[in-house]
Amino acid sequence: MLKIEMQNASLGYSRKAVLRDVTFQVLPGEFVGLIGPNGCGKSTIIKTLTRTIPLLGGKILLDGKDVVSIPRRKLARLLGVVPQIQLLPSAFTAFEIVLMGRSPHLDLFQNESQRELDIAWRAMERTMTWHLAKRRVGELSSGEIQCLFIARVLTQETKAILLDEPTANLDIGRQVEILNLIKNLCRENNVAVLAALHDLNLASQYCDRIVLINGGRVHAQGTPSEVITSRNIKEVYGAEGCVYTHPTNGLPAVLINPSNGRVSSMGKAMERNTD
Amino acid sequence: MSSGISAKPDSSSQPLPPTRLIRWHGRLYAIVGLAVLLVVIGALATTVGSVNIPILTTCKVMVSKLPFVHIAQTWPRSTETIVMDIRLPRVILAGLVGAALAMAGATYQGLFRNPLADPYLIGVSQGASLGAVVGFLLPISWNIMGGVGVIPLFAFIGAIVSAAIVYGLARVGSASPVTTIILAGVALGAFLGSVVSYLLVSSGDKLHGIVFWIMGSFSLSQWSDVRLVLPPVAVGIGVIFLYARPLNVMQLGEEQAQQLGINVERLKLILLTAATLITAAAVSFVGIIGFVGIIIPHIVRLIWGADHRFLLPLSVLTGAIFLILADLIARTVQAPTEIPVGVITALCGAPFFLYLLRRKKRIIF
Repeated sequence: MLKIEMQNASLGYSRKAVLRDVTFQVLPGEFVGLIGPNGCGKSTIIKTLTRTIPLLGGKILLDGKDVVSIPRRKLARLLGVVPQIQLLPSAFTAFEIVLMGRSPHLDLFQNESQRELDIAWRAMERTMTWHLAKRRVGELSSGEIQCLFIARVLTQETKAILLDEPTANLDIGRQVEILNLIKNLCRENNVAVLAALHDLNLASQYCDRIVLINGGRVHAQGTPSEVITSRNIKEVYGAEGCVYTHPTNGLPAVLINPSNGRVSSMGKAMERNTD
Repeated sequence: MSSGISAKPDSSSQPLPPTRLIRWHGRLYAIVGLAVLLVVIGALATTVGSVNIPILTTCKVMVSKLPFVHIAQTWPRSTETIVMDIRLPRVILAGLVGAALAMAGATYQGLFRNPLADPYLIGVSQGASLGAVVGFLLPISWNIMGGVGVIPLFAFIGAIVSAAIVYGLARVGSASPVTTIILAGVALGAFLGSVVSYLLVSSGDKLHGIVFWIMGSFSLSQWSDVRLVLPPVAVGIGVIFLYARPLNVMQLGEEQAQQLGINVERLKLILLTAATLITAAAVSFVGIIGFVGIIIPHIVRLIWGADHRFLLPLSVLTGAIFLILADLIARTVQAPTEIPVGVITALCGAPFFLYLLRRKKRIIF
C-alpha cells in the first residue's frame, strides 16, 4: 500500500520549469490517469516521481515520506515504471529483460535464485509473453516489447506502478487486455497506478480519477465525467463538440468530428483576421 | 472480463520451465574449460622458443617450483633459467595484460553501451604514450623503488591523468553523460596524440625505441613487472566482477537502470576507475597493444551471449589465452627478430573475428 502525493511541485529540465504548482495524489488501489496534449509534461511527472530528473520545487511524498530521502534501490521497490522508450539491448533474451525487474530486490553479491526465476516466469504467463521468453529482444515488435515492460514491472513487485503511454504500440485487443490486467492488480493488490494516457476513451473507461495537464499547470482533475467535458476538451485540445456519453456505461466518450476540429477553428480565426 | 490475461497458457504448447531459460551450465563449463585451456596454452608457450626444451621437462621444472612438490633435478641449470626467468614471466605477463585489456574493453562497452568502445576510448593510450615518450626523452634513467623503470611510471601516470581529465571535463552538474565522456575522450586523445607525434618527430635517435614501445612488446618482461602489474589488475578485475549484474541492468539505458534501483553515477565512477586502473597497469609495462580489448568481448558475446556475469570472466580467460598465443607467434615466427605483438593481434585476430561474424549471423550487441 502506497500513497503518492505531489504538493505544489515545479518540474522540468535543467532548472527550467515545464510545469508549476502541480498538486495531486494517488491512493492505494486507485487508478489515476494523466492526460493532456503532446509535450504538456506527462512524462516529466513520471520521471520526476522516480527521481530520474530532479524536482525543482514543492514536494513529492510517498506515504508521507519525502521522495528525496529514499535511497534509489528502496525507491525501485516502491515505484515500478513502464517506460515509453523502446530501445533495448538487443542481444538479451526477453526472459533476461523481464528478470531484470528483480534487480532492486537483490544485493550486490546476490544472483537470481529459483524464486526470482519463478516470479519472472509467472509475470510472463500473466502478460501472455511466455512464448517470447527465449527470443532476443532485437527481434521483437514494439507491441511485444511493451508487453515485456508490463511483465517486468509485475516482476518488480512494487507498491505503485507508473505507466508512460502503456498502450501506445498495442492493437485494440492488447490495449484492453493490458489495461484490464493493470486494473485488476490495482484493485486486488491495492497497487496505486498512475498512467499517462494519450487515448481519452481509454482514460475515461479505466481511470478512477483523471488529471488533465495543459499550459504548464493542472487544468482540471476529478472523475472522468468531471474532467472529460466538452468545455475542457475545447479549452485544451481546441476540438469542439466531440464528447458524448458512452451508450452502455454512461462514461464520457470522445468521438472525432472533423468539421469541428482545431483546423476549422484556426480557419475561422484566419477569416476573422482577413476581415 | 480479464480471462484472456489471467488464464494460464494452454498446456498443449508446452512452455519451457524457467530453469531452462537461463543456460547457466553450458557457460559454467565454458569457464572451467577455458581455465584449463589457459594453463595448457601457458605451458605450451613456455616450452616453445629459440632454445628447444621438451614439454615434459618444462612441466617438471615448473611443477618442481610449487610448494610441497619434490622432483629430482635432471635438467641443466640453463634450462631452468630459460623456463623460469625468461619465458614464464613473459607468458604470465602476456596473460595478465590480455586479461586486463579484454576485461577493460568489456566494461567500457557495457558501460557506454557502445560496440566500438575499447580500453583506449577515453584517452588512456594517448596519455600513456605521452608519458612514455616523455620518459624516453628525459635525460634520466633512474630506477624508482621496487625496480619500476621511469618509462612504466610515466606511462602509468599519463594514462591515469588523461582519464581523470576526461571524466572531469565530461561532468555536467552531478552527472557525466556517457556520450560526453566518449567525445571528451576522443578529443583529448587526438590532442595528446598530436603532441606525441610532434615529440616523435623531434626525438632523433630515440625514435626506434619509442615506436617499438608504442606498438607493444613483451620482450623485456621480468618477474618484477609481473609483481607490479598483478595487484592492480587483480583488484580491478575483482571489483568489476562484483558489478556484473548491475552492468546488465545498465544495458537498458541510464533512465531505466535508475528506475530499477541502480545508482548510475556511482556505478559509472566505480567501473570507469577500475577499468582505467587495469588498462593503465597493463599498458605501462608493455606498450599499446590494440585489438584485444575491442574484439575479445565481441567474440565472447557472439558465442556465449550478453550476460555480463559470464561475459566478464569468459573475456578475461579468452583475452589471456589470445595474447599468450599472439606473443608466442610474435617471438617465434621470424626468430630471432621479434614482430611487435600489436601487429600479430590484429593480423591473426581480425580474420578469426570476421569468420565468426559471418557464421553467426545474429544480433551481437
